[in-house]
Amino acid sequence: MNLFESLRIAIDSLLINRLRAALTTLGIIIGVGAVIGLVSLGRGVEDYIASEFQSLGSNVLFVFSSPPTSSTRAGVQPMTTKEGEALRSRAVAPSIRTLAMETLVGGIVAAGSNAIQLSVSGVTPNFIAVRSWTIRDGAWISEEDNDRAARVIVLGTTVVERLFGDKAINPVGRTVTVNERVFTVIGVLEEQGGGIGFIGDQNEVAFMPILTAQTRMGSARTRDGGYRVDVLHIQALDEQSMDSATQEVETFLSDAHGVQFQGEQDFTIINQADLLSSLGAITGILTVFLSLLAGISLLVGGIGIMNIMLVSVTERTREIGLRKAVGARGGDILLQFLIESVILSLLGGALGVALGWLIITIGALLVPDLRLSITTDAVVLATFVSSFIGVFFGLYPASRAARMRPIDALRFE
Amino acid sequence: MVSLFRRRSGRRDDAPVAVQGRKAVIEIQGVTKTYTMGDIEVHALRGVDLTIYEGEFVSIMGPSGSGKSTLMNILGALDQPTSGAYRLDGVDVSRLSEADLAKVRNKKIGFVFQNFNLLKRTTAQRQVELPLIYAGAGGRSRKAMAALESVGLGQRLNHLPSELSGGQQQRVAIARALVNEPAMILADEPTGNLDSRSGAEVLQIFQTLNRERGITVVFVTHDSWIARHTQRVIMLRDGQIVADAPIAEPLIAGHNERPSMEDEMEAVLKTVYYGGNEEEYN
Ligand SMILES: Nc1ncnc2c1ncn2[C@@H]1O[C@H](COP(=O)(O)OP(=O)(O)OP(=O)(O)O)[C@@H](O)[C@H]1O
Ligand SMILES: [Mg+2]
Repeated sequence: MNLFESLRIAIDSLLINRLRAALTTLGIIIGVGAVIGLVSLGRGVEDYIASEFQSLGSNVLFVFSSPPTSSTRAGVQPMTTKEGEALRSRAVAPSIRTLAMETLVGGIVAAGSNAIQLSVSGVTPNFIAVRSWTIRDGAWISEEDNDRAARVIVLGTTVVERLFGDKAINPVGRTVTVNERVFTVIGVLEEQGGGIGFIGDQNEVAFMPILTAQTRMGSARTRDGGYRVDVLHIQALDEQSMDSATQEVETFLSDAHGVQFQGEQDFTIINQADLLSSLGAITGILTVFLSLLAGISLLVGGIGIMNIMLVSVTERTREIGLRKAVGARGGDILLQFLIESVILSLLGGALGVALGWLIITIGALLVPDLRLSITTDAVVLATFVSSFIGVFFGLYPASRAARMRPIDALRFE
Repeated sequence: MVSLFRRRSGRRDDAPVAVQGRKAVIEIQGVTKTYTMGDIEVHALRGVDLTIYEGEFVSIMGPSGSGKSTLMNILGALDQPTSGAYRLDGVDVSRLSEADLAKVRNKKIGFVFQNFNLLKRTTAQRQVELPLIYAGAGGRSRKAMAALESVGLGQRLNHLPSELSGGQQQRVAIARALVNEPAMILADEPTGNLDSRSGAEVLQIFQTLNRERGITVVFVTHDSWIARHTQRVIMLRDGQIVADAPIAEPLIAGHNERPSMEDEMEAVLKTVYYGGNEEEYN
């Protein structure tokens, strides 16, 4: 008997047992499809989050006020413009290239009958450089705007859309009110990527000169004669100087705020690497969770395959007995069963990849920002595992039956 | 093992002994078969000697549990005896490898089962082609068609088992058994699951195969009327042959009315002494 005839017998046998073949294939399809889909989803989310944070700008540190963790000190002394200006000095902080300050002004921004609740930021003009953003329409806040504490405002595209009905509108020259004070729109920021925004919609922003925020929006001076600052955005000289920049900020602010013991700091310094790694932990959990789901799917598919194979053992053992009674050798039987399982595995694997692709395509349609792709290791792993289950549970009973005396196989119960 | 199939031409010391000019197809000596089930040993065959010659038409009878099926399975190389010798066409079957046994089952023996043992959802044509496939034979569909025609199923080539009557299914099984032109056909109660009319048809086919094509036929039956259509009746009891006698005037299938039960019993008793209490036999 040659391979072609074995192939024909195997195909005949699969066609005769269409339902069993279909169910087995289904098990493989589900396993492979789920693994590919879920693994790709996990990777996509991970990549997305990483790229989202990369977009914050490179070698950037953030400093903001936070309550001390130690009980030896209560209360927060806010950071001030004076401290920010001091940190700009090479002598104090040689590792800092640029330092931008931000003061938050909560309030209602309105244009005509449209009003939105928004945290407006007062920022120093170099803020845009630290964040590496660009302007779409009009101009960014100038030094002069800041010095005059001008009532000008730069909007993000989401704010333009919410206030003027369409984010494509150029509102430069029109006026909006912030907490009922009138501002002139001088610019619109280029739209930032990342629509769902793990760090908030970066287009739902509005910026005014920091001095405007500090002097015209009703905040008082601080003890050192400066103004309150909520966030320092610091760009270090390069990635290697991140640590020294952190150290310099820490030393200076501890000194300025009278911190004597560890834990008394009323500020927090975080850098992108910290953010990335803490988010990495979250996405890591997500990936583990999705892998677990994928593993369960594979297991369920595998158990399905196993069940079908084992349920048909009795029937198939008798079939083997009959085949042997009319002259089949053990090898002929094994070859038939091997070919059957391989056909089912290949078919199931291929359809499973198609299912995975479908899941990914639908996922990509639903969430356009996720870059999803079929990864070879997922395909290989899933196909290998389900094929192994299919071949093992198909071949093992068959090889046992093939070794039986025909009469025992025929009588098998 | 090619020699197995060449041996027929050249005579050797261990070649079958011709008696009355006939060659022995089956020779068994001192065959025993013991089934062990836990602590219990069942002696299904307790030393059976039997020689069946080429072209014979033999029926095996005996009460239930007497070892008929056990013997048939050994003769059909579907099972191995616990001890004793079995020579098929002069070849010691117990010394054959697994592959050669498969070849013997494929080429030398056509086995017919009581419950047909057809593959489900497979056409009659494909069922009959099965032994040809394992033989690697050519002209399969022509041979299968011819075999099906010879059992009167030329019109049923593409029927599935579920679309055939019991008698027709058994005839498919017979076609499958004879398609490789085996030296002998072994049938374990081939009419056991059939009504008497279908049984008579099957019997007729066996008779024709034996008479016209000289195929050796050995079958088990519980029906003494059917046994009377063969040339020789072997009676088993408790794993031993208790009687082995020729039928003086074998009946011809389809030519005689089945007699009443009493007449039938009497006719058998006249022909064969089977030993033991006759009421045990039914
Ligand atoms: N696989 C087996 N395992 C254990 N015992 C068996 C097995 N097959 C047969 N036997 C026993 O061997 C004995 C002979 O059985 P066998 O099937 O040969 O009888 P039989 O003459 O064919 O009977 P019947 O007319 O009922 O078919 C019985 O006692 C039976 O129980
Ligand atoms: Mg029996």
